[in-house]
Amino acid sequence: MEPFRRLTAVAAPIDLPNVDTDRIIPARFLRKPRDAGYARFLFHDVRFTADGAERPDFVLNQAAYRPARILVTAENFGCGSSREMAVWALQAYGIRAVVAPSLGDIFHQNCFKNGLLPVILPAGVVGGLRGQLRQRPGATMTVDLDAQVVTAPDGTAHAFDVDPFRKRMLLTGQDEIALTLGHEAAIADFERRHLAAMDWVAPAPTTPSR
Amino acid sequence: MSTPPRTMFEKIWTRHVVTEGPGGHSLLFIDRHLLHEGSTHAFQRLAKAGRRLRRPDLTFATADHYLPTTPPGTPIADPEIRAMVASLDRHAAEQGVTYFGLGDARRGIVHVIGPEQGLTLPGTTLVCGDSHTATHGAFGALAFGIGSTEVEHVMATQTLWQRKPRTLRVAIEGRLPSGVTAKDVILALIAEIGAAGGTGHVIEYAGSAVRAMSMEQRMTLCNMSIEAGARAGMVAPDETTFAWLEGRPFAPRGEAWARARAYWGTLPSDPDAAFDREVTLDASAIAPTVTWGTSPEHAAPITARVPDPAAIADPVRRTSVEQALAYMALAPGTPLAGLAIDRVFIGSCTNSRLEDLRAAAAVARGRRAVVPAWVVPGSGLVKRDAEREGLDRVFRDAGFEWREPGCSMCVGMNGETGAEGERVASTSNRNFEGRQGKGVRTHLVSPAMAAAAAVTGRLTDVRTL
Repeated sequence: MEPFRRLTAVAAPIDLPNVDTDRIIPARFLRKPRDAGYARFLFHDVRFTADGAERPDFVLNQAAYRPARILVTAENFGCGSSREMAVWALQAYGIRAVVAPSLGDIFHQNCFKNGLLPVILPAGVVGGLRGQLRQRPGATMTVDLDAQVVTAPDGTAHAFDVDPFRKRMLLTGQDEIALTLGHEAAIADFERRHLAAMDWVAPAPTTPSR
Repeated sequence: MSTPPRTMFEKIWTRHVVTEGPGGHSLLFIDRHLLHEGSTHAFQRLAKAGRRLRRPDLTFATADHYLPTTPPGTPIADPEIRAMVASLDRHAAEQGVTYFGLGDARRGIVHVIGPEQGLTLPGTTLVCGDSHTATHGAFGALAFGIGSTEVEHVMATQTLWQRKPRTLRVAIEGRLPSGVTAKDVILALIAEIGAAGGTGHVIEYAGSAVRAMSMEQRMTLCNMSIEAGARAGMVAPDETTFAWLEGRPFAPRGEAWARARAYWGTLPSDPDAAFDREVTLDASAIAPTVTWGTSPEHAAPITARVPDPAAIADPVRRTSVEQALAYMALAPGTPLAGLAIDRVFIGSCTNSRLEDLRAAAAVARGRRAVVPAWVVPGSGLVKRDAEREGLDRVFRDAGFEWREPGCSMCVGMNGETGAEGERVASTSNRNFEGRQGKGVRTHLVSPAMAAAAAVTGRLTDVRTL
């Protein structure tokens, strides 16, 4: 996983609440291999017309916002389906951070697992950031994970909370499975006691039929 | 020494903590891992990293998302879809996973067959790479959807790092009026608390209306917890639960059943247990509910009208409703009852079980569908049981199409979608833009309401038929 420390980049505002992962990447692209060009799938059906032309009203099709690497969204961005390809598509486009008042729960976790930083700030603060980005298209913001601070286009700094465990994983880009396997002794011990105490959990090895 | 009162969630959580990690994270042991074709990405990464599947005996797979629901023996036309299914076939065989694949009568939607096979058990942890995994919480399991990287993590370690969520108790008190189902309850709840209303929480559904519900109804209720933003939904196990589970193929038997049953009896939340939040709904005030917009929170009683965005003060919410109405091609003030429908879909992990099909068949019986209407049973066994009761005949005689089990038009991954601009009455769980096909307009309803829409060609209050 690519580590995340600090990023200064153009940010694009998305004002619509409840942007679901079907909108971020429609279902028909989910069977494509990861090297199939996920950048093109991002927001596909609201970003392109039926004949593949860009819709000029979509924010990432506007010249100033096109190089965006940060999205600043309304509430509940990434709700719905657990499809991790929503994160793949954002990353393939170049997005490395999403700033929002709230995020879909599974999407939120999927961001951390892929080196995309999710930042939660109060709705009023995020609304203010989106306002600045609309007034100054192409303005840059800084997201500093080390310091846990977002710096707005006007220079205002907003401290954010981040789960210290997820922060460490993002800063180091560590493989979580390797980390967990470091607890192998504890897992094996728990597993033995748990499956003995709840001896009905593991089904009999033979496959019954109904 | 007395222990402080605990919620059911707390009891199950505590029992599954392997070790505590930094930042309030716990490493949770996972009792059940359910897989579908989408899990093949994780299988591939696992193999690439040279890791093994830790517990094939706790891992179960089926093909539901990508398989077309065409008659048996029909070849899969799309090579990419064919490859997804073949890949799961291969990985499941290589890793020794119990697999309910093509040709197995037990195959079906993962959230239908888990309970049906007795794999879903009270007091256990269950995960699946699908957001509707909350369905299994109907049995008093802690069940939640995970992403693909987490699927790989569970494959390799049989654990997940989790931060403890908050708890929300939703009490549904009183009696549901005739014609009102769990689907209407959950839509009414989401309209009330919002699509992000449960974010960061696990919901426990309680109250007299929930106690009176069948397991099928409880599954429908828990299924859409994610649509309220919640990670999981749960119902305390009771005699209804135990009677439903006993004798299922993978459920414990004999003395093991007795031991399990004793533990399950300790699961319900203690009377004085504190929840972080509580919401109460009056069951008697809930009507058959339909969605009018592009988020499940855009729901209203069938007797209501399309809302007027001009009356919404908050500019973000106003714009979102305006956009939803533009997509749905609906004018403010239009009565919901009477909206012309182009297509009907009865199925999905929300509403494809035998009881759902019975409710739809009761409306279809002796009537005639005036628009294309599909019935997609949740599993091969649901299909078989429905056919034994003659429900397939009822549907066919009424002009409905009776299909093979799968996710089908709920998610459209298998290529089964509506046509652009079509208005669909659907028993599924998401009315997102494009969910059922590009430009398709979805109205979420209960099975009875979907059948009513099929035979009238309009959104119709089933109580008036």
